[in-house]
Amino acid sequence: MTAPAQTTRTTNALPGIRKGKSRMDPTRNKTAAGVAAWLMALLFASPVLWMVLTSFHSENDAATNPPSVAANLTIDAYKEFFGASSGVSPWPPMINSAMASVISTILVLALAIPAAYALSIKPVKKWTDVLFFFLSTKMMPVVAAILPLFLFAKTAGVLDNIWFLILMYTSMNLPIAVWMMRSFLAEVPVEMLEAAQLDGAGLLLTLRKIIAPVATPGIAATALICFIFSWNELLMARVLTGVIAGTAPVFLTGFVSSQGLFLAKVCAAAVIISLPVLMAGFAAQDKLVQGLSLGAVK
Amino acid sequence: MKVQSSIRKIAIPTAIIAAAAMTLTACSGAGGGSAAGGDANSINVLMVNNPQMEDLQKLTADNFTKDTGIKVNFTVLPENDVRAKISQEFSSQAGQYDVASLSNYEIPFYSANKWLAPLDDTVAKNPDFNQADILPAYTASLTGKDGKLYGEPFYGESSLLMYRKDIFEAKGLTMPANPTWDQVANLAAKADGAAPGMKGICLRGQPGWGQLFAPLTTVVNTFGGTWFDKDWNAKVNAPEFTAATQFYVDLVRNHGEAGAAQAGFTECLNNMTQGKTAMWYDASSAGGSLEAADSPVKGKIGYVQAPVKETKSSGWLWTWSWGVQAASKKQDAAGKFIAWASSSKYENLVASKLGWAKVPSGKRSSTYENADFQKAAPFFEAEKTAILNADPKNPGVQPRPAIGVQFVGIPEFADLGTTVSQGISSAIAGQGSVADALAKGQDAAQKVGDKYKSK
Repeated sequence: MTAPAQTTRTTNALPGIRKGKSRMDPTRNKTAAGVAAWLMALLFASPVLWMVLTSFHSENDAATNPPSVAANLTIDAYKEFFGASSGVSPWPPMINSAMASVISTILVLALAIPAAYALSIKPVKKWTDVLFFFLSTKMMPVVAAILPLFLFAKTAGVLDNIWFLILMYTSMNLPIAVWMMRSFLAEVPVEMLEAAQLDGAGLLLTLRKIIAPVATPGIAATALICFIFSWNELLMARVLTGVIAGTAPVFLTGFVSSQGLFLAKVCAAAVIISLPVLMAGFAAQDKLVQGLSLGAVK
Repeated sequence: MKVQSSIRKIAIPTAIIAAAAMTLTACSGAGGGSAAGGDANSINVLMVNNPQMEDLQKLTADNFTKDTGIKVNFTVLPENDVRAKISQEFSSQAGQYDVASLSNYEIPFYSANKWLAPLDDTVAKNPDFNQADILPAYTASLTGKDGKLYGEPFYGESSLLMYRKDIFEAKGLTMPANPTWDQVANLAAKADGAAPGMKGICLRGQPGWGQLFAPLTTVVNTFGGTWFDKDWNAKVNAPEFTAATQFYVDLVRNHGEAGAAQAGFTECLNNMTQGKTAMWYDASSAGGSLEAADSPVKGKIGYVQAPVKETKSSGWLWTWSWGVQAASKKQDAAGKFIAWASSSKYENLVASKLGWAKVPSGKRSSTYENADFQKAAPFFEAEKTAILNADPKNPGVQPRPAIGVQFVGIPEFADLGTTVSQGISSAIAGQGSVADALAKGQDAAQKVGDKYKSK
């Protein structure tokens, strides 16, 4: 960045360039902002990039201090993840995670959208209290409820059962989804609803033609958040599952050893286990950007 | 208004249907088959993720399952997680897991709580198993107060001082076979910087009763200190405990590894393998990794007894063993699995498939007499001596109220040791003093001691 004083001096000497310079200035600001944005993005991505790099190192190279960046690359850690030497397949936990995340997300949306509708477009009586009640269920930390949940599951015979985990994830994400969906549905202009009403549109038509187009980005954003939360959940999964219903994050922690090298393996496992979330994120990217900025265009 | 009421008419039933659907899913889920019960010919094993267990996981299907038809489902977790899960599972007798990896720290009070099934009939009396071959120190520490056997060791270890023979030779240093801590401090000062980036000694500084306090309690014992006297009076800020801790902290601060406050077993193993330390005082089971085929320091390490001051020996005694949950409905199959996993036959299997250095050793005297093992494990003699000399009932200079060398055999010790270790770890990092950490530790320990005084 040149100092302003300098610019002034140059402009006095060479008026012809002054025009060029002043025209350049916004571009330059833009470039600077671009560089800054890229730097920030790189900074935020660096732990992930480091994880990816480590996952392609051998266990010995992964454990050196200071880190060996330029060590030879290998896919041994990935082979280990897929059970090359232990013979343990990573697929059952991945499938469990997929089931728990997808089904619970569908259930959450099925419940949250009608609830949000009743709290925004046609608010029920004392809707603020209802909304607050939803939020209050998130106020107790999970860890405080985990032991009762475990004992309940044991008594009910649903320990190590993926459907119990789905139920847990559904109730865990429901309040957040209701809040998110409420704010998205509140964006639907009343005028549009009134216009539809005047034209004689019924409820289903209104839902399909008026509300759905406006709310889709919001639904996508909510679904993605719920999916990520359930996919990454560790505490409940670790306590409530065992041999059959273990999810991917629980499987991931199994690579950590207190008496041996494991960094490359854990990084490889973490890379693969984050892929579904990354893919879901990319797939929903355009909807997501709309959804997340929806509140800003009031 | 009309639209509004019609919406409400639809919205409410929709919500009810959705809620009902969810309840139904939950119910159908309940029938979805949980792990407990299930197939009579499969057992569930919950174990810590140590290299020996990984090998076991590899070899089970092709050998044990093939021979017996019993399928084994393993859940492996890191040490702290597995402890939490095992205590939750066993204390509630949930019955999901038939077998779990337990240590000689847990087995005495787990058995006293009736969480474990005795193994006398299912394993110990099995003639092929040969219980007499198991080192007596383990049989003693895995026996409950009722005289029944509640655990079988999978592998055992003591603590040894390991050092780089080549470095010592180059520097003209000699390591006595039974060093004292003063000698070790001296050697650490001389070996510090013997090679570029090499420190004198590696000692655990990572908080945790099983991390920092495993080696440190053995130092406390041999300095004449103890956590409790025989009447449960806490002795954590007594002069001997303080002197031992101060010695340990000074040694690791002056000649120990970089980042000592975060270093545990794994970090020190890395340092030793990568030539960043000349000595290391830790578990004898490290020998397996140091002498492994791909280890850069293979053959360069000397193994001597744990350093002492006022006692004759100070090595710890530890074993990862198998325990069977009392609520397990598959006691026979669980017994068969243990009788196989802890057998000499299994040790030979590991030797033939993976090499003798990887054998889960340190539990059977026959293993130490095996010439192949002796060749592959240069630490065998030091380890055997250390295990035979370890006395969990009387590890220090004074009578103890509970069993254990590097721990106090009560459930409260895990929390107590971890809390006190945090202050000491800070002192290693240069924040706070040993005296302050131990003064706080004394209060915490006395609270625990008072509970037992009234018993």
